[in-house]
Amino acid sequence: MKKLILGTAVLALSAGMTLAASHSMTVRLGTEGAYPPYNFINDNGEVDGFERELGDELCARAELTCEWVTNDWDSIIPNLVSGNYDAIIAGMSITPERDEVVDFTQNYTPPSPSAYAALSEDADIEGGVVAAQTGTIQANHVVDTGATLLEFPTPDETVAAVRNGEADAVMADKDFLSTIVAESGGEMVFVGDDVPLGGGIGMALRESDPELRDKFSAAIQSMKDDGTLNEMIVKWLGEESPRF
Amino acid sequence: MGGPAVFMDMFNSCSDPSALEGISWLACYLTSGKHLGFYTSFGTVMILLAITAPTALLFGFSGAMAARARFLPLRLLGKGYTAMVRGIPDIAFFLFVPIALDQGLEWMRHKVKCPDWQEPIRQGSDFVVCAQAKLPLSTSPQWVHETYGFFLAVLAFSVVFGAFAANVLFGAMRAVPHAQMETAQAYGMTERQSFWRILVPQMWVYALPGLSNLWMILIKATPLLFLLGVEDIVYWARELGGSKTSIYAYPHPDWRLYYFLGLLVFYLSLTKLSEIVLGRVTVKLSRGQATLAGEAQRKAAG
Repeated sequence: MKKLILGTAVLALSAGMTLAASHSMTVRLGTEGAYPPYNFINDNGEVDGFERELGDELCARAELTCEWVTNDWDSIIPNLVSGNYDAIIAGMSITPERDEVVDFTQNYTPPSPSAYAALSEDADIEGGVVAAQTGTIQANHVVDTGATLLEFPTPDETVAAVRNGEADAVMADKDFLSTIVAESGGEMVFVGDDVPLGGGIGMALRESDPELRDKFSAAIQSMKDDGTLNEMIVKWLGEESPRF
Repeated sequence: MGGPAVFMDMFNSCSDPSALEGISWLACYLTSGKHLGFYTSFGTVMILLAITAPTALLFGFSGAMAARARFLPLRLLGKGYTAMVRGIPDIAFFLFVPIALDQGLEWMRHKVKCPDWQEPIRQGSDFVVCAQAKLPLSTSPQWVHETYGFFLAVLAFSVVFGAFAANVLFGAMRAVPHAQMETAQAYGMTERQSFWRILVPQMWVYALPGLSNLWMILIKATPLLFLLGVEDIVYWARELGGSKTSIYAYPHPDWRLYYFLGLLVFYLSLTKLSEIVLGRVTVKLSRGQATLAGEAQRKAAG
């Protein structure tokens, strides 16, 4: 009996130590903080949104201490590879081009549609001027369609460009645009069909950091398995957003 | 007696902004955590100016002294510094200096702290040093990271503006009448003595127009802070002014115009204040100088 107690104690102690060791590792999560509902700075000045809740849950499951950092979208990959933070969780779609520079976890949203929004339904989305955020899959897509691309550093400015007539339409993730269209009081409407782009959203990590990637991938898998990820998608991205 | 209670009441009532209207909505909106960050960033800009100006002046003074040196390598260093920084676009320097400094420091710490490390530091596009060599450490709280970034920014500003100041001061040193220096030598002063006692006190009045110009440019250049990842007033104005959907506690349309108007007023006030102060300094420095302004003062007094 004594042996058993001792054995349990040793087991508990060693488990505690490995727990402590993994907890001592602080992982810095980089996000943009300007892309609601994925990530945004709430009125208290904190990072909030789908990816905030998701990231905190993933860190808890992977037993990591996480800290949130905001960074400009433009330089979000360069600052990851130079080591200013350890992972990007910023509504970043998995694409082959990005995969050459960084490593992605498995996706935490299914491939979700992008859409055009404009002030009227007859806006010319194929030959007109279309606003998109710099360095996004939507910006690449606009170039491919033959429309004139008007790039902006932040998502908010792409929408503002349509409102003030600078651009004929804006192209972005539908989940981002749907609240804006719904709350515009009829001012803005979706134009044309949804466009499926990208391979879903994933976390980006340094290519030299496969262990951390595997930890996050495993945590994402466990959230897919128990259905919590789907609940989070419905809560933040809406009923219409594709689920797993 | 009612003051604090009303104040507290105001804050409590902010817990549900959607129920508010008019003035009370605005009062709560303008005191939200995000706005407090905005107000704090004005302090960040002022601290940047307060640290950068003297540091850049020091860089400039050293640069000007080096450019005048008899010792050739030192002279080349001084001239090279001013020529290089003056010739390369500011923005390239602002992007290069902090990154190069950060990676340089981490590389040195890595060599000292992790001598047994086998993997290469540069792996493709990745820059990988051991965890102990990180600057600041990943475990440090966020404010340490922010302060570190801020000081890298200050250094970048100082290097760039120091080069311009060096050029201004170099010109000012040469503008001091040569006869003054010869007189000093005739009195038996050494070169060092005549430099510090005759040249330096007199050169400021010649340097001031150039330096005040630089100060004005420095004030205007502070929005570059955002480029370096420091959340300055321009970042906050853009972030707060952008249209907000109901996912935020205080939804509103595009208000960037008003926020930028506020920045306009701030920058103009700062410029006006600087002009007043610099005007007074000019009057003070001209006293007793062999310049037109100094002569005018002498006649007015006499």
